[in-house]
Amino acid sequence: MSTPALDATLGPAAPAAAGAGAASAGRTRTAAGLRRWAVRSASLAAVVAVWQWLTTADARVGLRFDRLPSPAEVAAELGRQLGTRIYYLDLAQSMIRILTGFALAAVAGIALGVLVARSRWAGDVLLPPIEVVRPIPAIALVPIAILVFPTDEQGIVFITFAAAFFPIMVSTRHAVRALPTLWEDAVRTMGGGRAHVLWNVVLPGTLPGVFGGLSVGMGVAWICVISAEMISGEFGVGYRTWHAYTVVDYPAVLVGMASIGVLGWVASASIELLGRRLTRWLHSSDQGADQGADQATDRGADEWADARAHAGAGAGAEGGAR
Amino acid sequence: MSARTAGSAVQAARVGAGLAIRLEGVALGYGRHAVLEDLRLDIAPGEVLVIVGPSGSGKSTVLRAIAGLLAPRAGRVLAEGVPVTRPSADRAMVFQDDALLPWRTVLRNVELPLRIRGVPRRQRRTAAASWIARVGLAGCEDRLPRELSGGMRQRVQLARSLAGAPRAVLMDEPFGALDAQTRGEMQRLLLDVLRDTLATVVFVTHDVDEALLLADRVVVLGRGGVGCVLQVPEPRTPDIDRAGLRARIIEEL
Repeated sequence: MSTPALDATLGPAAPAAAGAGAASAGRTRTAAGLRRWAVRSASLAAVVAVWQWLTTADARVGLRFDRLPSPAEVAAELGRQLGTRIYYLDLAQSMIRILTGFALAAVAGIALGVLVARSRWAGDVLLPPIEVVRPIPAIALVPIAILVFPTDEQGIVFITFAAAFFPIMVSTRHAVRALPTLWEDAVRTMGGGRAHVLWNVVLPGTLPGVFGGLSVGMGVAWICVISAEMISGEFGVGYRTWHAYTVVDYPAVLVGMASIGVLGWVASASIELLGRRLTRWLHSSDQGADQGADQATDRGADEWADARAHAGAGAGAEGGAR
Repeated sequence: MSARTAGSAVQAARVGAGLAIRLEGVALGYGRHAVLEDLRLDIAPGEVLVIVGPSGSGKSTVLRAIAGLLAPRAGRVLAEGVPVTRPSADRAMVFQDDALLPWRTVLRNVELPLRIRGVPRRQRRTAAASWIARVGLAGCEDRLPRELSGGMRQRVQLARSLAGAPRAVLMDEPFGALDAQTRGEMQRLLLDVLRDTLATVVFVTHDVDEALLLADRVVVLGRGGVGCVLQVPEPRTPDIDRAGLRARIIEEL
């Protein structure tokens, strides 16, 4: 452990100087993490800068950028819209639709995925219709949704559900099938029945695979909720974007697109984050710099295990290093 | 839960009498592939029976049949005279490696058999902690399996299998993946732990010395079935020259 005085002089800006000890290692990681975030932000800023340059220079290089609104115009439009109630209503509406559809898809997809993988009978009964419907793009179900559901709202949620359901179901099914039988055998020899195996082995063991499906499902769900809103909505980001297009308000179209992009990203990142939290047991100790703190403890554990294995001498050396 | 089950699981393991296991003309195999035919074996309550055999002789398959994980193609496996049709908490199993649930901490892995048996949280926590201490891992309760060495993981498996107070412990080459030094430590630990339990132990290994160190009786499994069954005189007593018996087993293999 380095002394506080030393830390104060070096500061976090001198990560290379941080030598032994888990705490300093954690700080090095944090610094590396900050650098990575800086790179990521710079990448995004560069894209916006190029866009700004292309539009203000009225570039016509095969593609015609002269009529595209510039980032400044879009930002101004966004500023205007942020002051209106309707913008937030649209966001809320789209969020409610996607969360409802996605939540239903997650529950149904995981349940059915487990069921068809674990029971041959259920597989024979349920898989044929599922496999026939699966290749149909969810957005192609819009006419059916309009026909079958009494309200547009239900139709849109259904489209979202249909989009997210299949990737979740398929990933779950594969994850269950790929599960080593050893864990199940272990629980059964403890006297565990089907429910115990399901709860203590199948669900936690398939979680990494299931989260892969949830990630993909969330992405597809966004595509489909926006498309469905464009076709049959009265509210929502997709509807508003399409509406702006019909009145040739291009800055507003781009505000809509940017809103969709950011919301979609936040949604996917949330799934990703949740997945990483829940499957922490899976990650080896050399993960990304984002988990600096966890890392430090993991590393401590390894050192500790080594120290124990090598008995007295190892432990002594370890103590000295601190 | 009544006050009777409230006593620690360590106690329960001592009290639970060993299971008598009998194999009657058992034929075993996977799919169409037959591994063993007409296997006959009587395992006495509380004895330590070690099955040795070359790889592919079907020693693990026998263990799976006794556990109830594999149904015999012919014949019967009897536990206390009752045919075995499915696994039971009475017959705990220790696997070669990686049978700990990787998402559960050491404590929660050891607790699992107690949880399945419906032992209330506080009691199972105490019992699991005492078993963890018993196998020398006190202080590791909150580690995940991936944070442990191979030897430590097998200690946890041992604790987990015994925490459920089984009447038989089936061990499938539990130290097979460990280095020589760790294996020696684990064998000593096992001898130490077995002294406190009356459970029947069926132990599978390909290591003849390990067999002689642990066994009351050694079953040599050759291709096609039981080669011979050998009684070990003065079992688990250190410093006894077993060269004769050792030569005999190696000859049978």
